[in-house]
Amino acid sequence: MSVPAFTGSNVMDVDAAKIRGAGSNVHFDKVSVAYGAHVVLHPLTLDIAPGEILAMIGPSGSGKTTALRAVAGFVRPASGRIRIGATDVTDLPPYERGLGMVVQNYALFPHMRVEDNVAFGLRAQGADKALIGERVKDSLATVGMSGFSKRYPRELSGGQQQRVAIARALAVRPRVLLLDEPLSALDAQIRRNMVEEIAKLHRDLPGLTILYVTHDQTEALTLADKIAIMRDGRVSSHGPTAELYRRPPNRFTAEFLGRANLLPVTVAEGAAGPKGLATAKLGDAVLAGVARGEKPGDKTLLCIRPQHLSLTGDEEHTNRIVGTLREVHWQGELTHLVLDVDGTPVRVSATRLPVSLPERGSAMPLFFTPGDTSLVPEDVRG
Amino acid sequence: MLVWSRPGRMLIWAVFALLFGVLFLAPLAVILLSSLAEQWNGVLPSGLTIEHYSNVVRGAAWNAVNASLITGFLASALALVSGTWAALALRVQDATLARVLGVLFFIPSAVPSVSVGLGLLVAFSHPPLLLNGTIAIVMVAHFVLISAFTFGNVSAGLARLSPDFEQVASSLGARPAYRLWHVTLPLLAPYLVAAFGLSFALSMGELGATVMVYPPGWVTLPVSIFSLTDRGDVFAGAALTMVLVAVTLVLLLGLERVAGRQTRS
Ligand SMILES: Nc1ncnc2c1ncn2[C@@H]1O[C@H](COP(=O)(O)OP(=O)(O)OP(=O)(O)O)[C@@H](O)[C@H]1O
Ligand SMILES: [Mg+2]
Repeated sequence: MSVPAFTGSNVMDVDAAKIRGAGSNVHFDKVSVAYGAHVVLHPLTLDIAPGEILAMIGPSGSGKTTALRAVAGFVRPASGRIRIGATDVTDLPPYERGLGMVVQNYALFPHMRVEDNVAFGLRAQGADKALIGERVKDSLATVGMSGFSKRYPRELSGGQQQRVAIARALAVRPRVLLLDEPLSALDAQIRRNMVEEIAKLHRDLPGLTILYVTHDQTEALTLADKIAIMRDGRVSSHGPTAELYRRPPNRFTAEFLGRANLLPVTVAEGAAGPKGLATAKLGDAVLAGVARGEKPGDKTLLCIRPQHLSLTGDEEHTNRIVGTLREVHWQGELTHLVLDVDGTPVRVSATRLPVSLPERGSAMPLFFTPGDTSLVPEDVRG
Repeated sequence: MLVWSRPGRMLIWAVFALLFGVLFLAPLAVILLSSLAEQWNGVLPSGLTIEHYSNVVRGAAWNAVNASLITGFLASALALVSGTWAALALRVQDATLARVLGVLFFIPSAVPSVSVGLGLLVAFSHPPLLLNGTIAIVMVAHFVLISAFTFGNVSAGLARLSPDFEQVASSLGARPAYRLWHVTLPLLAPYLVAAFGLSFALSMGELGATVMVYPPGWVTLPVSIFSLTDRGDVFAGAALTMVLVAVTLVLLLGLERVAGRQTRS
């Protein structure tokens, strides 16, 4: 989604960015953060390209907010540098960084009307009246809140408040937009709508660089060009969204992003053929999976998503495993099954069930396509 | 309600009304009555008159109201500014220093006001700090006694203020002074008004320290009331007390309206 001409341009100067309406890249250069002796961010190196949406996801306490606040300037790195575009902002106060920030509970100023909230940043920067009026109108229109400019925040719903918060951040034409769990205070239905609206917003403002912190993988998968998965203050994996989902580089990523099934297998033959398939053994079963340079005898994990497991075989679904049916949960459009395969619980999401499902406790075959799998190394914890 | 049965609830209301009546209303009613009494030897006064009021109005009342209002206003305003300043400054200090300074700020309110008065009298009786016999020493005494309350109120308000507001303001480009003026202080406004009102009311009723330090010509309402009753002129003292109650009440109601408008907008 980045503007091709600017991709990777670390040297683009701020004025050019303003004129063309393009964002800047954000670069973490070995940034670490500690509270006292407690290191919450281990040296982090990460680049967000101009116009890219990077979703930072991970479990609670993994350091996502800390990383975002380091960019905003509210957390001082213990070491390392942070650059936005060509500017090293590590020593700049927050008000000189040219960012927009949206937080979980909106933090709209309760004593100001919607229009004054949106105008706040420009007024603080001493912009002239005409420009402020124009930008306020634009920003409110962008988030579909034009009709609400005279209201006070308490007269708005949660979703409307969040839109105003986004408009307020956009009005200053930030180089980078920082969003920290912007939707987590909203309920599921509104959250889905807002995700779509943020996606639309980014189509309208393709140059805007966005750092989007969340622990909702659906938001990340829907919105992000790239995802960084955080774990215990480190980046566990980082890459283009689809690739990270299809070919997770480690167990943590596979499980965190889409709750993949991971079967412990032993590689029999390394990659062969045009599809790069290796064969691996799970008990007696011989399975084919997309390889990652494994050698015969390697112990690894075969990753297969719940929705790629089929209850019936055909010429495509050539991999076959047998498990013991443990649980069945019907959820309307999907039925979730849990089977036990050699001691590993395996989840299946089926859209269609066979006419008769075997009894709980009885054996049941599962089929899948080798192309839907990938071999994933076990995590090396450190 | 914790009590469901009708008789039970009526009983509780009755007990509440009795307590409230005896503890709060009765003393006020007695003062009101004696401020209007011609003579009071039996159970009830023997006749009613407004003579005491006209006497105090012709006498020292206006000067006393004046002295009390000016002292209350200046001391409260000063306490508000310095208490707010201290609360804001302590917030950015590290936790232990903030706690130590916070305790220091509360010492004056823990010491009896008479001791504060005596202390100031002794401390400011010698050059170069010769305040004894000036109006300033009254202000200082009131300021010392009430600043802890403003500090406490503003600190409580700050503690409840989510840091998100100020951080969002900073990220949007607001420098510290702009942020303070346009975000922090407006969000604190209800606490500031409450602190100011409380300080003012405290100052209006302050006797212990004032009586130790007041110069001639700056006799506050409580001091006048005290000296009138001390001389045996109970009825005039009662009339002046009613003036004090009325002035304080009008003041607090006025401030409440301001605060109400603040929180509504
Ligand atoms: N001000 C602070 N003082 C001390 N430790 C802190 C402070 N702020 C955060 N931490 C610690 O830093 C770690 C990372 O916190 P952070 O807020 O970045 O997590 P997060 O990934 O955003 O989590 P969540 O998903 O719950 O928001 C946590 O262990 C937290 O306890
Ligand atoms: Mg967080």
